[in-house]
Order: sequence, then structure tokens, then C-alpha cells
Amino acid sequence: MIINHPILGPRDSQEFVYLGDAALIDRPDGLAEGALDTFHDYLYLRDNPAGLHRELWYHEQGDRSWLVVTRNTLTHEITQVELARDVARARGRSK
Amino acid sequence: MAEHRLKPLCPLGGTSPARASIGPVTLTEVVDVALASVSARLGRTAEVAASAAAAGIPLPGPGRFEARAPFAAFWLSPDSWMVEAPFATHEDSRAALLPVFGDAASITEQTDAWVRIDVTGEGLPALFERLCNVDLATAQEGAATRTILEHMGVYVVKRGAAQVSVIGARSSAAALWHALDTAAHSVF
Repeated sequence: MIINHPILGPRDSQEFVYLGDAALIDRPDGLAEGALDTFHDYLYLRDNPAGLHRELWYHEQGDRSWLVVTRNTLTHEITQVELARDVARARGRSK
Repeated sequence: MAEHRLKPLCPLGGTSPARASIGPVTLTEVVDVALASVSARLGRTAEVAASAAAAGIPLPGPGRFEARAPFAAFWLSPDSWMVEAPFATHEDSRAALLPVFGDAASITEQTDAWVRIDVTGEGLPALFERLCNVDLATAQEGAATRTILEHMGVYVVKRGAAQVSVIGARSSAAALWHALDTAAHSVF
């Protein structure tokens, strides 16, 4: 499998590590009202789609960037690769 | 002050840099280069670029290496570079770079963390296609990237058509040398 890194171009998946659903970026506020329930959902409840799935990959043996990869779980086709940094910033998560 | 009679050793353990010729290629352990990593702090990329340009330090784009005298550098990750300088004049590499960047960048001395093995000669693409993902035949001069070589994370820097540097962790220097040496013997 080849992942088309947004900065470095096509790279072999051997260089990457998979983390999981990109929804992990949306970490809830631990001090908010009802944090226990929201953290339960954040930690344990995952969608398992047959189709497009947004997931986090880490370029561990490369430039060590985190990526959000949109992959079709039925065909393994990768349709979009973004830097997780950009995705998080667009959602107001990071600085 | 106490008198120390300590003998400096090279990363591969010898008192002088290792060197081996296998067919048309030569492996050379390079010990005369000091390293420091430079990472721009959040939101200060432009400041770092301006300081580097004023001081004549190259900060190349992604996947690139650039050399100027006395500094050379290759790209590590976004807003982050490894800067090389001659060991004889810039042994304390962090001290040499600190006045240039001030607190706009985080600078870390890296010299003793790495082993650099230069591979020179003809037929390097045939050697490296057995070792790692880098396609040296199509890579341009000045290409620099991090990749896996026999399960070890290494930087591969193409300094010229017939010169490639492999920069790996000093703790696995011997394993890296063994990998390059074995592959070279199987090719040539």
C-alpha cells in the first residue's frame, strides 16, 4: 500500500504506523459537565464503516508527521491524505 | 585540574574512521562533521528563515539537502532541519547557532547521537535498491529523506551522483555498517 504524503509524496506504508479513527482528534473537555459519559463514548464507542473511513496514520519512519487518511475499507482505495495538524487546527483543536 | 588520558573513539569503535572498498564502492565513516537540529518555535518560521538567510545557513525545503560554506542542512520535518558544520571549527554546534536564531528556534546538539557512513562510487542505485525505499536512480542531487534500512531509521542524503550519506543512530552503528557492507558484497 502506498500513502501519498501531502509533503513528501508517495511513500510505502511500511514507514507508517496506524493509530485508529480520526475522531480521536476530537478529545472531549475533561472538566466539562458530564465528562465521564463523553469520555466513555470517546474511548469505547467507534464507528466501523464499510466504506470511507477517516483514520490517523503516523509517519514514524519518515518525517514523524501525523496524517488523516481517508480510506475506503472495502477497496483500500485512499482518496485523501491531510496533515493531522491542519485538520486539528481547522477544528480549532490545536494552536 | 585532573589530567585525563582519554582516547576519543569513532562511532564504530575504532581509533580512526572505518573505511572499506567493495568493488566500485567505498564505505567511509565520517567523523569530521558536527550536527545540530534546528526547529522553529510555534509561529516563528518566518523569523527563523530570515535569520538563517542573513547568516548564510541554508534551510532547504521538504526532502532536500543544501550545502553552503561552512554550514549545510537537510530537512527533517515541517519547520525542522539538521544543520551540519565542520567539526574542527564548530565542535560546539549549538553554541555556533544560538546567536543566529536566539529564542526563535529550539537548537539541540546532535553530533554524538549519529553515525554517518558515506557510500561513494559507481552503481549506488543497485546497492540502495536492495537496502531501502529510496530510488536513487531517479532521486535528484540534494535529495534527503528519512526511511528504513534493515529495520533501522536512517537519513539518506544524496550529495552527488556518486556520493550518498547514510546517517543512522550511533547505538546501532555496527549493525548499519554490517548492512551496507553485506549488501555491497552481494551486489559487487
